[in-house]
Amino acid sequence: MTADIHLDQKRDAGAVEAAAAPQVATKLRVNDLNLYYGKFQAIKNVTMEIPERQVTAFIGPSGCGKSTLIRCFNRIHDLYEGIRTEGQILLDEHDIYDTGIDLNLLRSRVGMVFQKPTPFPMSVFDNVAFGIRLYEKLSARDLEERVEWALRKAALWNEVKDKLKQSGQALSGGQQQRLCIARTIAVKPEVILLDEPTSALDPISTGYIEDLINELKKDYTIVIVTHNMQQAARISDITAFMYLGSLIECDDTTKIFTQPKESRTEDYITGRYG
Amino acid sequence: MDINQTPLYRRRKRLNQLVMVLCQLATLIGFVFLFAILFTLVTKGIGAISPSTFVERTRMNGGGLGNAIWGTFVMTCAATVIGTVIGVAAGTWLAEYSGKGLMAKVIRFINDILLSAPSIIIGLFIYAVVVVPMGNFSGWAGVLALTVIIVPVVIRSTEDMLRLIPNSLREAAAALGAHRWWIIVRVCYSGARAGIMTGILLGFARISGETAPLLFTSLNSNQWNFFDLGSEMANLPMTIYQNMTINAFIPDLVALAWGGALILTAAILILNIAARYFSRQRS
Repeated sequence: MTADIHLDQKRDAGAVEAAAAPQVATKLRVNDLNLYYGKFQAIKNVTMEIPERQVTAFIGPSGCGKSTLIRCFNRIHDLYEGIRTEGQILLDEHDIYDTGIDLNLLRSRVGMVFQKPTPFPMSVFDNVAFGIRLYEKLSARDLEERVEWALRKAALWNEVKDKLKQSGQALSGGQQQRLCIARTIAVKPEVILLDEPTSALDPISTGYIEDLINELKKDYTIVIVTHNMQQAARISDITAFMYLGSLIECDDTTKIFTQPKESRTEDYITGRYG
Repeated sequence: MDINQTPLYRRRKRLNQLVMVLCQLATLIGFVFLFAILFTLVTKGIGAISPSTFVERTRMNGGGLGNAIWGTFVMTCAATVIGTVIGVAAGTWLAEYSGKGLMAKVIRFINDILLSAPSIIIGLFIYAVVVVPMGNFSGWAGVLALTVIIVPVVIRSTEDMLRLIPNSLREAAAALGAHRWWIIVRVCYSGARAGIMTGILLGFARISGETAPLLFTSLNSNQWNFFDLGSEMANLPMTIYQNMTINAFIPDLVALAWGGALILTAAILILNIAARYFSRQRS
């Protein structure tokens, strides 16, 4: 698998090799992004591309800004005050930070699954139908079909088909997380952001979700933040290593894990810090 | 050395037992008073209660409490409905929209004062701004006074319950593309419903027994008044008060007052149990 090599600006431009392999379309393009929590700069001059229908993983020690970065992709930061961004993020070459962008519409195109499962206090069915009802007026039957489709896609249907009316919060942790993934898929987004989706789950549930990600990348662009380097190595096509708010290196996953260009990347993946 | 034998551990253990006994004593004292009140009410009130108590109106001789029970019910319900609308709206604004602004701090402060304001002051206030200009005591004035009392209760419980909804749920709903008001209505209210209901029920229980705010507002009446809130309205707390004071020389009326006190207490007890039932459903 080959893709463009995406490097931090700070790196020597001469080190950038032109990718000879077939071009993969760019879904998200980050141009010189800076983000400040008040006076603290959490993201520093990040420039990168996220290819369509591939899995891009962000790794790095806690507090390096990887979650902060992907939370820019659906502008969920806008819910809070005191967060300022500079630079551009282009989704299909349109800047999502343009004035006049409909945030809710953006978020229906860029879905997100969080670290802690967040089932709403309502039934399993209503959890999945929540997002669908926002943007589509389906007949009861079409809605049922769509909910079933999403739950099947999230590999949860067989476990919940008899308890669709029960509270989503009564499911196990792993089931709750797959319910959240089903809820995200149900609105048919183009990009799915996963913020450490398996860090609160046991190995079996983690396995389910990793298989699922593999399945989903056929249709969706996937961006995942993970603390688990084996996970990044297993499921991603591209890996980006972040450190102290900067993007240190971004390349094919196999390259990052076998012959990283930056010593800091090598130190991190070999466990010398982080 | 065995840890059980160290002086420090033994001292701590004795202290633990002492505090435990004190706590149990305090609980016991509370229970004694509660049961003494219930016991007095039941022994003195049960004799006065018969089916006619609920259907007969108050009279100087005999009669029942029907009009007073009805009046209290109507005014309490009306105040609860109005208070719920205002209180839930204000509580939602405080919890979801106000942020850290000065306005919110001021409102929260005033609300805390209102929450503990003596109810007779509220009665006086309504008397001055409603009863005097209108020229007569009325059910509406009573409803308004009770509304002023229940609003802060509902505001506080709505705000507190909405704040218990984790931000991660709001984020998750926003990440699906939901508008803010829709997140509040569908996600936050679903999670906070039991708590808000509990607050409303407790507020209802609180105002159903209020006497002072009705003194100068709805006054009292010994006539049936079903829905004419424009004139004086009978109510249970005022009837109890009058029968026990100015009418205390009529034994029948004193007995009825005890009956009324029992009915009121039983109703509040049932409401509290209902409130607990609702709050248990949340967890």
